[in-house]
Amino acid sequence: MSDLLYSEVENDLRASVRDLLTDRSPWTSVLARVETDKPYDLELWRTLAAEMGLAGLLVPEDLGGAGASAREVAVVLEELGRAVTPTPFLGSAVLATSALLAAGDTETVAELAAGQRIGTLAVPLTTAPHADFPSSVRVEDGKLTGRVGSVVDLEVADVVVVPAIGADGPELHVVPTASAGVTVTPITPLDLTRRIATLELAGVESRKLSGDAATALRTALTTGAGLLASEQLGVAQWCLDATTEYVSTRHQFGRPIGSFQALRHRLADLWASVSSAVAVSRAAADALATGSDVDIAVAVAASFCSELAVHAAEEALQLHGGIGMTWEHPVHLYLGRAKSSELALGTPERHRDALATLVDLPA
Amino acid sequence: MTDLVAKVEQFLAEHPTAGADPVEWLGARFDAGLAWVHFPVGLGGLGASRSAQQAVDEAFLAANAPQPNPAAPVIGYGMAAPTILKFGTDEQKQRFLRPLYTGEEVWCQLFSEPGAGSDLATLATRAVRDGDEWIVDGQKVWTTMAHVARWAILVARTDPSLPKHQGLSYFVCDMTDPGVDVRPLRQITGEAEFNEVFLSGVRIPDAHRLGAVGEGWKVATTTLMNERVTIGAHAAEREDGLIGAVAKTWRERPELRTPGLHDRLLRLWVDAEALRLTAERLRQGLAAGQPGPEGSAAKLTFATLNQAVTGLDVELHGEEGLAYSDWTMRRPKDADWASRDAGFRYLRMKGNSIEGGTSEILRNIIADRILQLPKEPRSDVDIPWKDLPR
Ligand SMILES: Cc1cc2nc3c(=O)[nH]c(=O)nc-3n(C[C@H](O)[C@H](O)[C@H](O)COP(=O)(O)OP(=O)(O)OC[C@H]3O[C@@H](n4cnc5c(N)ncnc54)[C@H](O)[C@@H]3O)c2cc1C
Repeated sequence: MSDLLYSEVENDLRASVRDLLTDRSPWTSVLARVETDKPYDLELWRTLAAEMGLAGLLVPEDLGGAGASAREVAVVLEELGRAVTPTPFLGSAVLATSALLAAGDTETVAELAAGQRIGTLAVPLTTAPHADFPSSVRVEDGKLTGRVGSVVDLEVADVVVVPAIGADGPELHVVPTASAGVTVTPITPLDLTRRIATLELAGVESRKLSGDAATALRTALTTGAGLLASEQLGVAQWCLDATTEYVSTRHQFGRPIGSFQALRHRLADLWASVSSAVAVSRAAADALATGSDVDIAVAVAASFCSELAVHAAEEALQLHGGIGMTWEHPVHLYLGRAKSSELALGTPERHRDALATLVDLPA
Repeated sequence: MTDLVAKVEQFLAEHPTAGADPVEWLGARFDAGLAWVHFPVGLGGLGASRSAQQAVDEAFLAANAPQPNPAAPVIGYGMAAPTILKFGTDEQKQRFLRPLYTGEEVWCQLFSEPGAGSDLATLATRAVRDGDEWIVDGQKVWTTMAHVARWAILVARTDPSLPKHQGLSYFVCDMTDPGVDVRPLRQITGEAEFNEVFLSGVRIPDAHRLGAVGEGWKVATTTLMNERVTIGAHAAEREDGLIGAVAKTWRERPELRTPGLHDRLLRLWVDAEALRLTAERLRQGLAAGQPGPEGSAAKLTFATLNQAVTGLDVELHGEEGLAYSDWTMRRPKDADWASRDAGFRYLRMKGNSIEGGTSEILRNIIADRILQLPKEPRSDVDIPWKDLPR
């Protein structure tokens, strides 16, 4: 049975990430930043990635990483979700890194691990692990041509891992975004704290990776979907905590609104769901770390935590009343993150669909 | 840990399981301290750590050893035992724990009354002291398995002039006392799993009191908390619960499948898996000495899930869902629901959000103790019980 508790090391890691984010990325500065042309705080990223070594958690030590596992990455993501921090962690430290590792790269992955460069994976963020290998980029005369929409963290990426169709089928390529023929066009995102952009490649030079492209891509997307569940847990946890605090102080009808049973019961139910999300997301992280029961654990976590995060953010908004509808209150940042991440790396329905096959409950 | 597993192996070598009488065999296991290993020596345990229990249980399971009856009511095993361990005297522990463990003696819980359900502390059953004995009069209700029980845990009022939580005491009641009258109460399933229990002039020796006079609420709280954890911490295999029955039907009978039911089934499958993992996490936390508050969460989720799953199961059965196995009024000896049809399970699981504390009361507890939300205003705390409106 998988280990569903947090280890002491993981708790320490959580505490140091939380301290840093509290200090350097409180929601007030996130909010102040999201409308500027620098929504991502790359100074903060450098601290997280390079100084704390978090970009290399999944990367083995001989490649310059921390040689940790998905369990530790999950804890970092919980904190990043809790603070809706705009960082390229998902794109660089999770998606690109997993794809590169799975495809046997030792070069770019070391740079990403060291925090020297930022990477991402050139697929629409909505791509589910079980989707067909994307065919929007082709290899023609050894160069890449095509277009990929909604690529996460692309605006700040130095390098992209691009799935492409070559003469013999699926391939993975590494492309520096500064190369000739690369165009990056930002998209105004529903989630202000996580940026997406369109990637256009017009006859771009690249480095082809040697490993099995389809397997590597699927591994990266599965890892991403399983770990995103922990970020969603973090989002939900913040929504629950902030709302609990708010209803305890806000008075109407001569008493704190948190003493009205209708509200107490909604929050109790939300707490129970969050408790389940802890178990479910831990199971997915542990499965990714140990390599056993991965597909089922990830599908369950992706389905459960996606829906929970949206529900938690919607409850938080409603129970904050009018203040929750204002721009000045952070709840909309969480709602945007929750709703967008519900679509990311496979919708809950898509994951349940995959589950139907995995556990033999066919339509 | 390895020590304990070695002990289990040695025990198994000395006590073959094949053809063994379960009660005798479990008695020997108890005497060897391998029942609840964290209990003290001589009381079914070895004073080991709580976390050692799992390895022991697994070793016995692997050996196909006789198990304490899994379908027996949780009251003895899950509630009376930990309460006796915590509040009982040495004599009480010696007298009650062993036969409780082996299944020789079944327990029931005389808590609820017609006028005291969710508001249990308002109960009216009186216990009046008479020398070394107490004389008990009152009426209890919804008493599961009272008709097969040898002993009962009982809460009664020993001082009506105190506020309701303070005037209670906790006893072990002998169900064979001539003053105990157990009458079946037929349930929505047709059978009578629970009962009404009339207590008139029941004599309970003071030696069968658990905890101090007036401390009954504190003792009862221990029982109730253990009840929720017992229901919640149940570790299971994937598809072990009611979802397994529906999944099986789904696999074996493609002609019953519809797209709408498919999506509902998958959602519930995910929820069942989430609950299983939550319970497993609770169990791991308990074993590691970090008991989490997830017990209440698991009990709440368990009720909702079971009801949704059994509802789906009836629908999935189509025309067969219109039929019911048997409405005969029976008084069952154990809670064997797995072998019953979808309709029975649908009706029975409605009790999951009522028995052992309603879902509403659990939400109140979570709101108060875990989220520490502002309390609801109360008007019943400082008033003597006898002056409360009832
Ligand atoms: C199958 C089954 C087996 C049982 N077995 C036993 C047993 O063995 N021994 C035993 O002692 N008891 C047993 N019970 C009794 C059970 O513990 C009680 O039924 C339960 O505590 C609820 O009490 P009540 O039935 O009086 O409902 P009430 O307390 O009258 O509640 C009625 C409704 O009001 C709601 N309500 C009450 N107070 C509040 C509040 N403050 N806030 C919000 N809502 C509230 C309840 O949630 C419920 O929905 C059993 C019950 C069932 C269904």
